[in-house]
Amino acid sequence: MAKEFVPAGADLELRGIRKEFPGFTAIENLDLQIPAGEFFALLGPSGCGKTTTLRIIAGLEEPTSGQVMLGGQDVTFTKPHERPVNTVFQSYALFPHMSILENVAFGLRRRKIENPIPKAMDALNLVELGYAAERRPQQLSGGQQQRVALARALVNRPSLLLLDEPLGALDLKLRRQMQIELKAIQMEVGLTFLHVTHDQEEAMDMADTVAVMHKGRIEQMGAPEALYERPKTAFVAKFLGQSNIFVGQAVESSANSLAIEIAGTKLSVPKHRAEKQSGKIALGVRPEKAFFHHEAPATSPDLNILGPGEIKDIRFTGVSNQYLIEIPNVGDLIVFAQNVGMSPVAELGQQVWVSFKVEHTFGLSDLPAGDED
Amino acid sequence: MAFAAFSSNKPAPNAAPMKSGKIVLALLLPGLLYLAMFFMVPLASLLVTSLESPDPSGAIGQYVYAVDFSSYGNVISRYFPQILRSFGYAFAATFFALVISYPLAYFIGVRLRTRPLIQKLTLTLVIAPFFISFLLRTIAWKQILSDNSPTLTFLRSIHLLGDNQFFLGTPFAVIWGLTYNFIPFMTLPLYTSLERLDLRYLEAAGDLYANPAQVFRKITLPLTMPGVISGTLLTFIPITGDYVNASRDFLGSSQTSMIGNMVQADFLQNSDYPSASALSAILMGVILLLVTVYVRRTGTEDLL
Amino acid sequence: MKKLRLGRRILPLYSLLALVYLLIPIAYTIAFSFNNSKGRTNTTWQGFTFSKWGDVCNQAGICEAFGNSLFIGAVSTLVATVLGTAIAIALVRYRFKFRSLVSLSLFLPMATPEVVMGAGLAALFFNLGAEQGFATIIISHVMFCLSFVVVTVKARVQTLDPVLEEAGRDLYANPAQVFWRITFPLLLPGIVSAALLSFALSFDDFIITYFNAGPVTTFPLLIYVAASKGVPAETNVIASGVFLLAIFTVIGTQIASNARARRHAKFN
Repeated sequence: MAKEFVPAGADLELRGIRKEFPGFTAIENLDLQIPAGEFFALLGPSGCGKTTTLRIIAGLEEPTSGQVMLGGQDVTFTKPHERPVNTVFQSYALFPHMSILENVAFGLRRRKIENPIPKAMDALNLVELGYAAERRPQQLSGGQQQRVALARALVNRPSLLLLDEPLGALDLKLRRQMQIELKAIQMEVGLTFLHVTHDQEEAMDMADTVAVMHKGRIEQMGAPEALYERPKTAFVAKFLGQSNIFVGQAVESSANSLAIEIAGTKLSVPKHRAEKQSGKIALGVRPEKAFFHHEAPATSPDLNILGPGEIKDIRFTGVSNQYLIEIPNVGDLIVFAQNVGMSPVAELGQQVWVSFKVEHTFGLSDLPAGDED
Repeated sequence: MAFAAFSSNKPAPNAAPMKSGKIVLALLLPGLLYLAMFFMVPLASLLVTSLESPDPSGAIGQYVYAVDFSSYGNVISRYFPQILRSFGYAFAATFFALVISYPLAYFIGVRLRTRPLIQKLTLTLVIAPFFISFLLRTIAWKQILSDNSPTLTFLRSIHLLGDNQFFLGTPFAVIWGLTYNFIPFMTLPLYTSLERLDLRYLEAAGDLYANPAQVFRKITLPLTMPGVISGTLLTFIPITGDYVNASRDFLGSSQTSMIGNMVQADFLQNSDYPSASALSAILMGVILLLVTVYVRRTGTEDLL
Repeated sequence: MKKLRLGRRILPLYSLLALVYLLIPIAYTIAFSFNNSKGRTNTTWQGFTFSKWGDVCNQAGICEAFGNSLFIGAVSTLVATVLGTAIAIALVRYRFKFRSLVSLSLFLPMATPEVVMGAGLAALFFNLGAEQGFATIIISHVMFCLSFVVVTVKARVQTLDPVLEEAGRDLYANPAQVFWRITFPLLLPGIVSAALLSFALSFDDFIITYFNAGPVTTFPLLIYVAASKGVPAETNVIASGVFLLAIFTVIGTQIASNARARRHAKFN
């Protein structure tokens, strides 16, 4: 039992994982590779199958089919207590009948590691809770409990650390602070982290690679910046940040760009940013990359222009103002304007045009729900 | 404590339905077999006995297997007053127990919430009777209220009681004893319900123009109904079968005997096993009927 | 406003009266354990004495009956607690067919008057030709304690978050270690209260025991038989002793746990 684990974490590979529960399929066909030492985030709305994936990796569930490979070894049917994987549970799951120190030493004792107490103490010091070693979990605040749960998992130096919405129960300020700490700890210990969350900001902030999961499948995977700048599906475009999406028929195709027509207006997208080249296509742009004008801007091949439309709503959010602009036959658009001046640059009911650069436009592989044929 | 016996279930956090199979069987089987052997079989055995007929030889206490329903007719005609009395006393005692317990449970569960230690200690006083033999407690009442006791002398002196009036042996004494003996079974489930009662609902009702009486009728009472149901069942059922309070040696007289006294007499003294069994079966049947109707009416489905 | 004030006073007063009603016979029983009574009757006050406390076993059979009750209570509690705890865990943690049937068969014993159970068991033992004695008493007691154990432990199992056991598995504990280091310690308070309740029920049971005791005399049987002739003060001594021991233990535990809770609260 007292096997030493791979010190710096191990690769995780999921091959064709499928998980069926009575009445529904939680995971359809999942392939995933996480290189050793990476901070990987699995992002998705609740019910998308991400927690089930995590439980399969931890060994708490068995997949209906497929394989879980850890450091090159098949661990699909290895029991959780024989797997070099540890979990930070969403509710922390600290044992209420043991002191903080005993909680942290629990895994070490089960594996008969020598000197469990000093090692547990070191782990507690790492999360700056050494002073609370003799307290019971229920005497700690949420943030402190979260750190104990982290220490309890980390102390085992697992090949892979699973984090199940670990910051979900914390308030916003504490969550931001813990994000920074968690990232710092990961860099320090160099283990492979798999972080499951529904909070896109959290995922983008911490992870090297983010996989967006939807309805039991991975929709898109990549570095946070890549995912944000070039979402490939309507789901990713809407789940990861906000997007304005326009659906139209492809009408023109040149060497570098592709255009669709919507309500008599042409919108272009660079070809290398388009997933789909013909037929009905959905194009999108991020609200902060769109601008509005009080007069019709001069047309340019680099610019997509829509309008005129009417400002229907203005929301003040501090750093920016969010404008809701209704364009006849096109629909509603959102435009974020940085709050650099002292007063709003537009008023409710004003007539405006909207423009965005062609190079900021992205073309999706599918159509948003409701626009499918 | 067990007194939440009949209240509805709080769902488990994250109730993870695990795979069943050998483990479930290993956990359930010993206990269930035990119940089958020593609960189901005895009840069946009782039914079989109730259908036996007297031995043709006429020997007392000897019966032969038969399917003879005459015992049922016999006991109903013979013990009709006792049957009526049992349920009458049980209704009365359950009612008094509820009237005494509800305010008490409310006081402990709601008013004393801000002082946890005092709350716990007061609750301990409620269950204190469990720590001392109920026979001795009943005997204590018998002696406190006996015909020549200082208590009765006092009651006569202030003319609450006529010179020739007694307490022991009257239905009033039996109901008094039954109420007393089963009050904790009423108070505890009520307390469990009231202690969990979220006071913000009461504030919200008050905020929405309900006066205190309406708050009680529309909010407090419906929310604590599970406690009322389990309390009344835990009180009513054992009372119908009780024979200690009504017995001549305790608070009753031959004029107050209940079903239990008759079962006991037929079974242990008269060796009239078919009659005792038939009477038990009737008691059990009536209780199951009443409980089913009551539970249906009040809508508590999950009893355990 | 004035009405409200009055209402605030009425409830405590009413509760106080209810508590007094509950405690009068207990006070009486304890008081009469100090009665300087002669022989077996203990009905009128004869003066204060400690003598009955000093020489409890003086009256024939009292200590024997007490011992019998302790023995029966201990064995019944042990068996009922083990069987009941297993059922409680199965009921909360597993989904299986006939679940409601199992629940019903556990509820029924609680909905059956003791006199019916007592007579039924006696009929069974009689039909089987089994001789009544310790065995038949213990069998009966386990039976009626079982449901109460299940209910009590079940409530505790319901508060136990299965994630804690998963965390144990995740932290390298094998199934046996998960049970003994996590599940069992967390269920222990429920199991202990179930055992205490079980013991109290068994120790104080009269009706079922009366039907199935045969030649064995338990403490309640002794009191019942003595009731018509007068119960000796020594019985009061034993009952009072048990009562005072139990009540002081409970109160002591409560005060201690309250103090502990206060200490813990300071940290936050």
